[in-house]
Amino acid sequence: MAGNREFANRRLHSLLGVIPVGVFLIQHLVVNSYGLRGEDAFNKAAHFMGNLPFRLLLETAIIYLPLLYHAVYGIYIAFTAKNNVGRYGYFRNWMFMLQRVTGIITLIFVVWHLWETRIQAAFGTHVDFQMMENILSNPLMLWFYIIGIVSTTFHFANGLWSFAVSWGITVSPKSQRISTYVTLVIFVALSALGVSTILAFA
Amino acid sequence: MAEAKTVRFVITRQDQPDSAPYTEEFDLPYRPNMNVISALMEIRRNPVTVKGEKTTPIAWDMNCLEEVCGACSMVINGKPRQSCTALVDQLEQPIRLEPMRTFPVVRDLQVDRSRMFDSLKKVKAWIPIDGTYNLGPGPRMPERKRQWAYELSKCMTCGVCLEACPNVNSNSDFIGPAPLSQVRLFNAHPTGAMNKAERLNAIMGDGGLANCGNSQNCVQSCPKGIPLTTSIAALNRDTTLQSFRNFFGSDQV
Repeated sequence: MAGNREFANRRLHSLLGVIPVGVFLIQHLVVNSYGLRGEDAFNKAAHFMGNLPFRLLLETAIIYLPLLYHAVYGIYIAFTAKNNVGRYGYFRNWMFMLQRVTGIITLIFVVWHLWETRIQAAFGTHVDFQMMENILSNPLMLWFYIIGIVSTTFHFANGLWSFAVSWGITVSPKSQRISTYVTLVIFVALSALGVSTILAFA
Repeated sequence: MAEAKTVRFVITRQDQPDSAPYTEEFDLPYRPNMNVISALMEIRRNPVTVKGEKTTPIAWDMNCLEEVCGACSMVINGKPRQSCTALVDQLEQPIRLEPMRTFPVVRDLQVDRSRMFDSLKKVKAWIPIDGTYNLGPGPRMPERKRQWAYELSKCMTCGVCLEACPNVNSNSDFIGPAPLSQVRLFNAHPTGAMNKAERLNAIMGDGGLANCGNSQNCVQSCPKGIPLTTSIAALNRDTTLQSFRNFFGSDQV
């Protein structure tokens, strides 16, 4: 055990998932929920976010680079595990497995979402309420978005639980149990926010 | 008269470390208070399968026969545990015995747990008190803390937690829960605490603490009820502080 790159890598992976990626997720879901207030409100909010000063710099430093690191190292973590929920069907073991499964689903969803709303935008597509309405008019895409959002919020909420363990914040079994309930509430709340917004477009 | 009661065993066997495993079935006459080891001894006395074929006796490890040495661990009906305390009356039949495949199989149910003892060396799971002169008595340990530490000291390196862990496998070099919990035990000892940083730095190396994925199978599986995941979380806190000390510097050596 000569090097300690792995320790630093794992801790960085855990930290970046919460700050800034997790914080961005909440911000993103909150801003998008302007869609619940109608087309004009959403377009105004999207326009404001899209015209922030230093937008590309902010996106790169706060979203793209941390997300890229989290995704690449996450794939490595997901595929080093040998899941065994069949033999050990304990609650935490299920969460362990789901954390890895939702990580992969979220990655696929995020790549697709980036392609539709960022890369195509760079080629001139206008990002607004109309665009989302067009995407989600396809029932297949609607389900893809709902699954993608729920998987993302699960991965974030459960990741918050393991962040607290990995950094030594929740040590006692009691604190870990209570943080399970807290993160469960966060999962339900963020899922409700995200899915209701999506249904506002559809 | 009713037919004599028998017990059916389905045993995964392997002749060589690198040969293919196969299963053999055995029927044994039921006796009250049988455990898996007494059944294996019975098969050894008369190694004949259900098909009536004579076969070789089954190889397995055992030592203390009272669940304190950890040698007789194997996978019994899908769960790793000690065969000495696996009572036939409490097991569903047929009773399936397999080796703990997380470890290299030597033969039949016998595995090589050397990696666990190597891990204990890596994490310095001892208290260095040897010297060229008498160092005198060490600091005393409060009774409450001694009782707490006793629970951690029950670890018998049996390998069940490594077998249950999804992150201990051929793709990873994770040392597993048992040696990590030993770091917490020896760091808690007043004399052992003098080498706390050395042990923490050892588990911050590759294959160490950070590989834990919090599936918490270990704490569910430990036959001694050791709070392994609490140990791991406590070490997560200790290593967080240790990494700050290492990187930003500290006024303490």
